[in-house]
Amino acid sequence: MAEQKRIFIEHSIFMLVVILCGIFIENTYYLQIMTFIGINTLLALGLNMLMGYAGQVSLGHAAFYGIGAYTTAILSTTFGISPWIALLCAVGGAVFIAFVVGLPTLKLSGYYLGMGTLGFGMIVNIVFREWSSVTGGSSGFVGIPMLEAGSILFESGSSYFFLVWAVVFIAIIICRRILSSRMGRALRSIHDGENASMAVGVNTHFLKLQIFMFSAALGAIAGFLYAHFVMFISPESFGFMVSVKMVTMVVIGGMASVWGAILGASLLTLLPEVLHSFQEYEMIIFGLILMVVMIFMPQGLTRGLLDIYEHSRKKTGKIEQLNLNFKD
Amino acid sequence: MQEIIQYLFSGVTTGSIYAVIAVGLSMLYSSTELINFSHGEFVMLGAMGIVTLWVHLSLPLPLAFILTVAGVSVIGMLFERFAIRTAKKHQPITLVIITVGASILFRGLAMILWGKDPFSVPSFSKHESIEIAGAALVPQSLFIVVAAFILAGAIHLFFKQTLTGKAMVACAVNKKAAWLSGIPSERIGVLAFIISTGTGAAAGIFIAPITMSSYDMGTMLGLKGFCAAMIGGLGSLWGAFAGGILLGVLESLGAGLISSGLKDAIAFILLLLILYICPAGLFSAKVAKRF
Repeated sequence: MAEQKRIFIEHSIFMLVVILCGIFIENTYYLQIMTFIGINTLLALGLNMLMGYAGQVSLGHAAFYGIGAYTTAILSTTFGISPWIALLCAVGGAVFIAFVVGLPTLKLSGYYLGMGTLGFGMIVNIVFREWSSVTGGSSGFVGIPMLEAGSILFESGSSYFFLVWAVVFIAIIICRRILSSRMGRALRSIHDGENASMAVGVNTHFLKLQIFMFSAALGAIAGFLYAHFVMFISPESFGFMVSVKMVTMVVIGGMASVWGAILGASLLTLLPEVLHSFQEYEMIIFGLILMVVMIFMPQGLTRGLLDIYEHSRKKTGKIEQLNLNFKD
Repeated sequence: MQEIIQYLFSGVTTGSIYAVIAVGLSMLYSSTELINFSHGEFVMLGAMGIVTLWVHLSLPLPLAFILTVAGVSVIGMLFERFAIRTAKKHQPITLVIITVGASILFRGLAMILWGKDPFSVPSFSKHESIEIAGAALVPQSLFIVVAAFILAGAIHLFFKQTLTGKAMVACAVNKKAAWLSGIPSERIGVLAFIISTGTGAAAGIFIAPITMSSYDMGTMLGLKGFCAAMIGGLGSLWGAFAGGILLGVLESLGAGLISSGLKDAIAFILLLLILYICPAGLFSAKVAKRF
């Protein structure tokens, strides 16, 4: 019961923060950044299920993000289909491709799995770039329509902000439901030892495939939201560096933690914005921060900062004890 | 026919550069179990080094070559000392992100030092091209292929003939056992880093006259190097070398006969095929170990 209560409080705080931000922030630039944070959170949540809980690395996850974005762009712009139907197609397509690709790839592990997913991501990206009659090639795809539902038009601003964060909220709830179910426990057992979990009767390969498909679906939804938000997509937004950025969000925020995904997504979205003022030194500072955080906080920032906090508390505790001894 | 021979020539030339990159990666992997995602940036630094020392400062070519390789090796050594060794006990995925961070850092530094514009490097030899069966063979290509073979041969001899090389092989086979028999495995790791980044720089120097060199050339070269190393079998020297040549030839044939847009995809399609069919690689003697 206490656990349920804690989760309920966490969700309430989350909703409250989102609603307050949406109402009181009027600066469109800030709203835009926060919308991007929401989209990136969706990506990080999906990858976190795969990496943090099931322990399977994917270095090509931007492919699903791109498949979501391009499917909706092509269907809603070129063929004039309603974006909501395009969303279904995008998610269905991404899940299907994840199934086909995951079937052989997820049998690999370690670096081999990383390289396999990397290869898949690169091939998808090359398809986006070279199939120019459909995807617009490297110059990008323009003129993606805005989303509307009934009389509401989702323009960039607070309405889109609410849309994205509502989706994030639903995704968080679904992830948590999965994790506290039988499936979630089985997933964690794969992370701790695949042979052991196979021995107790978990169908590890099928389970990994399921979670791969789930994270692909989240990626495709994020791609859908991204495409209708910026209304212009190009292959660079879904390249190798984006895949790496997604992995970094998960690891820097702290693997196997839903709130860590939000933290990681926020940091990796805000950091480039802040570093813009350094102009050409941007890349150097970004690379250095990445290295330093990973060297000194390999468990991610959530765990790392908690460790520092606990450590300092222990230290002050010791000093107090020393003082007491001294008084005696 | 004539065209195919021409494609073969250029394929073997780029292939031998991929081979040198793959050898460096594969060697580093076998002695430290690390996949260095910033390897491509060391290739880039090699190309940029030759641009500065040979083209701009007009030092003699052999001197510029040695200085570039030495300089890049020192950078590799510093990278090992300050980033990799401090984080040694971390999980592989954190190490991968550290090397990715390093690659962004190196790219940023190169962008400031050399600017965003690409440089071209003149051919190393001034001789006329030779005609074989109607296809032109540039002496430059011969030079690159021969140099790549000499490099790989030197590494082979180093592994087979010298005590340090044998110690390195021992570390690759079993680090703990090597350490127990008195091999300083930490120092061997540093040496592996020096050789790996040094060969990376050499590959960069070879590729400089063939393509334009710019600060962002490294990533793709590094990734193709991985593909080559995987095709040949991660951890085997001649396997990685053969994988590089094979990749270069197939790429050049594919680009010429099918479509040039497909060029970059070929490496990754091959990679996936290899991973699905025989993950140990084509030329590796080791039994497939899917971890």
